[in-house]
Amino acid sequence: MLSLARRTPRTPPAEEAAAPPARRPAGRWAGLGALAVLLLLAAAASLAVGAEHVPLGKVAPAVLAPDGSRDALIVHELRLPRTLLGIGAGVALGLAGAVMQALTRNPLAEPGLLGVNGGAALAVVIVIGALRADDVLVYVWAAFIGAAGAAVLVHTIGARGRGGASPARLVLAGAAVNAVFSALTAGLMLLSPRAFNGFRFWQVGTLAGRDTAVFVRVLPFIAAGTVLALLLARPLNALGLGDEAGRALGAHPGRTRGLGALAVVLLCGSATAAVGPITFLGLAVPYAVRALVGPDQRWVLPYSMLLAPVVLLAADIAGRVAAPGELQTGIVTAFLGAPLFMLIVRRGRTREL
Amino acid sequence: MSRVVRAGGVSVRWEPRAALVCGLVALVAAGAAVLVVGSGEFPVPPADVVRSLIGQGDAATDFIVRTLRLPRAVTGLLAGLALGMSGAIFQSMSRNPLGSPDLIGFTTGSATGALLQILVFGGGAVAITVSSVAGAFLTGAGVYLVAYRRGGGVHGVRLVLVGVAAAAMLEAANSYLITRAELREAYEAAFWLTGSLNGRGWAQATPLAAALAVLVPAALLLSRPLGMGEMGDDAARALGVPVQRTRALLTVVGVGLVAAATAAAGPVPFVALAAPQLARRLTRRPGVQPLPAGLTGAALLACGDLISLHLPVAMPVGVVTGVLGGAYLAWLLLAAGRRTAA
Repeated sequence: MLSLARRTPRTPPAEEAAAPPARRPAGRWAGLGALAVLLLLAAAASLAVGAEHVPLGKVAPAVLAPDGSRDALIVHELRLPRTLLGIGAGVALGLAGAVMQALTRNPLAEPGLLGVNGGAALAVVIVIGALRADDVLVYVWAAFIGAAGAAVLVHTIGARGRGGASPARLVLAGAAVNAVFSALTAGLMLLSPRAFNGFRFWQVGTLAGRDTAVFVRVLPFIAAGTVLALLLARPLNALGLGDEAGRALGAHPGRTRGLGALAVVLLCGSATAAVGPITFLGLAVPYAVRALVGPDQRWVLPYSMLLAPVVLLAADIAGRVAAPGELQTGIVTAFLGAPLFMLIVRRGRTREL
Repeated sequence: MSRVVRAGGVSVRWEPRAALVCGLVALVAAGAAVLVVGSGEFPVPPADVVRSLIGQGDAATDFIVRTLRLPRAVTGLLAGLALGMSGAIFQSMSRNPLGSPDLIGFTTGSATGALLQILVFGGGAVAITVSSVAGAFLTGAGVYLVAYRRGGGVHGVRLVLVGVAAAAMLEAANSYLITRAELREAYEAAFWLTGSLNGRGWAQATPLAAALAVLVPAALLLSRPLGMGEMGDDAARALGVPVQRTRALLTVVGVGLVAAATAAAGPVPFVALAAPQLARRLTRRPGVQPLPAGLTGAALLACGDLISLHLPVAMPVGVVTGVLGGAYLAWLLLAAGRRTAA
């Protein structure tokens, strides 16, 4: 009954009979290059576009040598932190989603599902309500600790017993922990209208209104998580074959899961802390990437890492342009990502799920 | 352990353990409801509550029990029943415990409808009910339409994935609505979003009961083909189940149950997700089933309400069901981990 795991094991990289097109390495490298260019374009657009349009030609000088002009101020003070945060959070969420889906062998896995967002949210509400803090840097650390604590708790519950953390148990543990956290969060929020007021703005997820210090605080964690995740590509491939087959091939499922969980905590914790819970990205991007390059994690991870920030920046730009009052990034991601995701699901071969 | 009882042309499968569990769970639900009715500013002993319910109480107790407090208890029981049954239907259809209506957007859609009414149009209780039901049905129809593919029909896993996407979208919409509203209104909306039974009267309980009078028998009639569907579409078709039509009917019934419950009690979290899983473990059956799941849901919500009434600070029942249900599921996972490698 607990058919959470993919019903068919992932195709091993060697035999890709069932994998979708673009499976030649040359084509994949080209795709990766194209994504990198796309990311640069998105970053440039994010610096230029907004309520006050800055010509593209003035963007580069404004970043490199700010001359104190109005354009330079806008780019440097408002748009640069926003763009950096978008890239950082995008990289983190894309990678975290990919690692999580590989670890649980479940296409529905996402930071929200394994309790990470729930833990972060609870910690932020506690900080806003109990400590009366409204400094973003305090939120950052609180959310980080909450996310890490939640992930550790989920893993501890899911990994009890001889079999270790099976996919179904891990996801169920995530749902359980998440439920407890979100209920406590709701309770605390309703106890104090003040906490509620601060939280309702953090909750939507936005790149706006953070300064560069936020980015600097979370950067080391994102960097560490990124390196760890990319190093895990091969072990994650072995894990995709199932525990027994993987072990027979010399993999260490337990160690891979532990390190993978650590990477997820680092990535999700810091991203959620910095920009609030942006739920849809980690679910949609790796899924789209797998449809593009097949199940090999050595390609899925770098593709997700580059595609996610492109989507996040595009969503942020769209939010600036779309409404006079500015739509928050998290809302735009959901409204852009969800229909795209539905389209993929409609086209996809459900057998593969 | 199942026995078949035959009488003339009718044969009924009789499962002693499942029947015993259903009976016990129903007893727990009823007991909790009696205690809920007895709790409040003027406590009423359980014996007096029962006496008043069977028409032998004094006038003052009758007023407190029947007019003031019974609707709340009834709303809780019925909403829990509806949520549990609907959770069983969707989890069984998607063959995935995560395919419960809380996760695939129906509850969220229902909440979006109600929020729009509370924050934008400013309608009263009836208008909120109507738009919450409309929200659930629109979401259900949208999810079903997007998941539908000519030739393939609606596949369970595709339904869940589309629903998860819809839930993400609607959650974003809900958060956006809450950021745009005045603090006081937003606060009220957030209270409703948590799921609460405070101040529920017959105005909420009666429509809920009427809806369930239709939906519950329908769900029970459909529970056999539902169980067959769990063996896979091809096997079910081979056994004579019209798979697509059954699934469409089940979706309508399931969405209707969620909508009715949400309109009456708000989107109470976790009952639809937890009740079928708890019932499955209690009955030790291989699949989830609507009736035990529904009774478990009713017991969960009634016990949650009882606890929320006795907390030192006023908390909506949604907080309690979330914490209790989640903790219980975590405990179950730990216990299963100790016994076997689950």
